Amino acid sequence: MPETNDRALMSGREYIGVDKIDGALVFVTKTHPVGFRELIECIDKDGNTRLGIVLESSTNCVVAQIFEGTSGLNLPDTRIRFSGKPLTISISKDMLGRVFNGLGKPIDGGPAQRSDVELNVNGMAINPTAREYPRDFIQTGISVIDGMNTLIRGQKLPIFSGNGLPHNELAAQIARQAKIRGSETEFAVVFAAMGVKHDVAQFFVKSFEESGVLENVALFLSLADDPSIERLQTPRTALTLAEHLAFNEDMHVLVVMTDMTNYCESLREISTIRGEIPSRKGYPGYLYSDLAELYERSGMIKGYKGSITLLPILTMPNDDISHPIPDLSGYITEGQIVFERDMNGRGIYPPIAGLPSLSRLMKDGIGEGMTREDHPHLASQLFAAYSYVKDVRNLASVIGEEELTPLDHNYLDFGKEFEQKFVSQRHDEDRSIEQTLDIGWEVLRTLPVDELHRITDEEIEKFYGK
Amino acid sequence: MNDRIIGQVKRINGPVIEVMGITDAEMFELVWVGKEHLIGELIKLEQDSAVVQVYEDTTGIAPYDPVYGAGMQLSVELGPGMVGTIYDGIQRPLEKIRDISGIFIKRGISVPSLDREKKWHFVPSAKEGDTVSSGMVLGTVQETENVLHKILVPPNEKGILISVVPEGDYTVEEVIAVLEKEDSQKKDLFLMHRWPIRKHRPTKGRLPLDIPLVTGQRVIDTLFPIAKGATVCIPGGFGTGKTMTQQAVAKWCDADLIIYIGCGERGNEITDVLTEFPKLIDPRSGRSLMERTILIANTSNMPVSAREASIYTGITMAEYFRDQGYHVAVMADSTSRWAEALRELSGRMEEMPAEEGFPAYLPTRIAEFYERAGSMETLNGERGSVSVIGAVSPPGGDFSEPVTQHTKRFIRCFWALDRNLANARHYPAISWLESYSEYLSGLEAWWAEKAGSEWLPDRTEIMELLHKEVRLQQVVKLVGPDALPDSQRFILEVCTLFKNAFLQQNAYDKIDTYSVVPKQAKMLHIIVTYWRRGSEMIKKGVTLVQLRKMKVYQDIIKMKFTISNDDLQALDKIEAYLERSMDQLEALHA
Ligand SMILES: Nc1ncnc2c1ncn2[C@@H]1O[C@H](COP(=O)(O)OP(=O)(O)OP(=O)(O)O)[C@@H](O)[C@H]1O
Ligand SMILES: [Mg+2]
Repeated sequence: MPETNDRALMSGREYIGVDKIDGALVFVTKTHPVGFRELIECIDKDGNTRLGIVLESSTNCVVAQIFEGTSGLNLPDTRIRFSGKPLTISISKDMLGRVFNGLGKPIDGGPAQRSDVELNVNGMAINPTAREYPRDFIQTGISVIDGMNTLIRGQKLPIFSGNGLPHNELAAQIARQAKIRGSETEFAVVFAAMGVKHDVAQFFVKSFEESGVLENVALFLSLADDPSIERLQTPRTALTLAEHLAFNEDMHVLVVMTDMTNYCESLREISTIRGEIPSRKGYPGYLYSDLAELYERSGMIKGYKGSITLLPILTMPNDDISHPIPDLSGYITEGQIVFERDMNGRGIYPPIAGLPSLSRLMKDGIGEGMTREDHPHLASQLFAAYSYVKDVRNLASVIGEEELTPLDHNYLDFGKEFEQKFVSQRHDEDRSIEQTLDIGWEVLRTLPVDELHRITDEEIEKFYGK
Repeated sequence: MNDRIIGQVKRINGPVIEVMGITDAEMFELVWVGKEHLIGELIKLEQDSAVVQVYEDTTGIAPYDPVYGAGMQLSVELGPGMVGTIYDGIQRPLEKIRDISGIFIKRGISVPSLDREKKWHFVPSAKEGDTVSSGMVLGTVQETENVLHKILVPPNEKGILISVVPEGDYTVEEVIAVLEKEDSQKKDLFLMHRWPIRKHRPTKGRLPLDIPLVTGQRVIDTLFPIAKGATVCIPGGFGTGKTMTQQAVAKWCDADLIIYIGCGERGNEITDVLTEFPKLIDPRSGRSLMERTILIANTSNMPVSAREASIYTGITMAEYFRDQGYHVAVMADSTSRWAEALRELSGRMEEMPAEEGFPAYLPTRIAEFYERAGSMETLNGERGSVSVIGAVSPPGGDFSEPVTQHTKRFIRCFWALDRNLANARHYPAISWLESYSEYLSGLEAWWAEKAGSEWLPDRTEIMELLHKEVRLQQVVKLVGPDALPDSQRFILEVCTLFKNAFLQQNAYDKIDTYSVVPKQAKMLHIIVTYWRRGSEMIKKGVTLVQLRKMKVYQDIIKMKFTISNDDLQALDKIEAYLERSMDQLEALHA
């Protein structure tokens, strides 16, 4: 029996030949005791090295997952070297302005990054007592977000979209326009692309270029034609840089991750090969915990200046919000921005109706001293009124518009105004919060005053009457 | 720490570790794995091998690493110092962990659950020569202004006290009394003792559930009330308000102690409680709410296996305070994450799955957990209770899934959250059609005494209207509201009024956030009066518009925001105004 404290010595040892290859997994027997989640190097017959990690270790077999995929590997010639330590990457602030693959290797032709720190990409759980509750309002310049689903610094707020909907445009617009009013702090964008097409990556690069922020952006690309397994590391690598920038370099970091659906599919792939018992739709039972490990890395920390705001994008398969990917995401994130295909069809951008969308952190970031005193009640009234519009529209489609009561007609007018004036805006339109709220009051004026139950008499006096 | 090696690692699969070469070990023994002494629990024994679930990240653990046994089951430390503290799922104090490991939780940290240095002022009430048995009070420690901590003879002990310390300041590890047992063995007693988390603490028996746990939430207290010692399930899809409801109950309910378990949920929600509770004032004691709260946080990114343990840690603490004669309310958010942790561990142990991958023993485990709630006669002959309010997060918001379904079998109150209500920002989104409370009949007497004899008929009447409304809405959907006679359209109007003015309750509004019992009863009565008199008027030819345009209508709609809990005469004024306005209308149509 080998002595465990010899492991460091044995870690350099190389094993020639593996016993089984299945998908992205390799199986090696008769090794020294290998640590769980240890980093491995896998060398193919041409001498090229690929990285992987140990998923399972036992006295007779080690199962490892190879990030760059297993294509071209054979059983007898593949060599495996165990590193004796977990996967870490070199991180420095210099990574801003550069492009990397999902494992943090530069792919922009430039030199390897300086290494200020070597960090384990899996990160560690933030102690809940160390967190600072996020409450700083971020103005995105987009009315339906600022007014009704306010983004807060340190929040994790995903965009639930569908194929062909303008989520990339919206994410890019948010990244361009987002600001904290009255503060000049260093900010950075970390962008992680998982399984998206080249032109999507190109779209974001161009958008960052045009707004002149590219030197503050780090891109991690694992595109549609890269090995799908690399996608599992991409968000972790990106978040590791984000943590460094936020908590060691005092920066405010916005992390955009797209498309989480592709990430989850890779996870399902690995799980299936390992023969794990699936839960819903073939996704592994630990999908929730796995996503939480990513999403929970956002936030603010007491006594630290920086922050991580997370904007994951996911496309809902079949526009189904109850599909496990949006469903489990919604259970972890602090609200969601939901796109509606029907609104998009009617030419409304951004196609966000409001009802299933929610920002859970907005309560502490809006109102007097933060946005404006009328904001909370105005938002609540807009939600209530628009929700009734939906009922009226349903009714009208059954009994005909003519049969509606005069009050219901008011609501139909309100619905139209709301969608066209309040929600709808140009891709480059950057509204201040005051403009947003004023438009809110403007559209509310289509309703009689005694319908406004959620607004106080003083507010009606001050804002509705204007 | 212990150096007793009980075996060696054979296989590592996430948090589940197979151990070989077991010599002596017992089920549920606390163990440490590897050089870093990662905390784990032995959960399966078979000949010379065992399965251990590890409560920390197992990265780097390798075959042949040693496994050490603690010689005792995974337990919690019970004694002064728990109130106002935030623990992780296995009762490690998170503040202390932060002092040691900074903003991130590193592995292998060992910190005692209760402060070893701190001295507590102990006032003995038992004396030398007393014959005592488990559950009897040895003395007290004023732990916070709110909580008088009674120091009990631990379960399964009895004998004669051969010494008791005088009143004074003691740490939890100093001997405060010595017990001589029947077999003349001596046993030292301390301010603290340990109890295994998976075992319920003994009591004399169950008592009827006839005192309400008043929550200040109108839809709960008035429509679906609960008793002290109740078991409640709140199921709902994401964002429908499980956490908000539990936090509202934790803030305002009239329990003596709150144990809030964040089981696999968000870090920021814990931070929210941590920053908000100390600032909020308990309306009954006038002290900060944190002085009656214990937090257990095993957030979604913390190790899955500790999530499994966290709800047992919480309920064991609750039972301990119940044994002191207190009413404790436990919030578990979310029991689905706990069930999923069970599923994940079971999967890694390659057990046969039943429905949706959950192990076949899921229902047993759920039942065991909820059975630990109840109103009990303590060993000391007092009355104490543990109420459990468990959130369930059904995948896709679909209540037919196993965790909701099995939970439903073992609870007696169901607050179903409705996605459509939540989307329409009707909060709390508790559905008045799908929810139920089996505690109502036991509590009627209490309500009649505190809220008057009108309360029950008022409540029954409004429930009937809400059920009629559903059928009427179906008609409206087909043919529009104009097809209904005014008498029926008035039902729709009154239900809308009741929803807006009564059921909806804004947790963020200073006044609306909780309503005392008389406020709820009066508000209900005003709305029911509006209905009773209004429907009489309609028979006499008064129109809907006239009823709605009454000036008092606006007062009714806003009374929840405008009238505070200590200004209930204002509600009497509204009621009088309502009666007068109706009289006037009636006079016009006479
Ligand atoms: N009583 C209430 N008053 C005001 N707002 C509420 C109320 N209940 C819920 N909300 C709103 O709904 C949001 C979601 O509520 P909550 O966080 O309790 O949902 P949840 O059911 O716990 O969701 P998840 O399963 O994702 O944790 C809150 O952030 C808040 O905006
Ligand atoms: Mg919640």
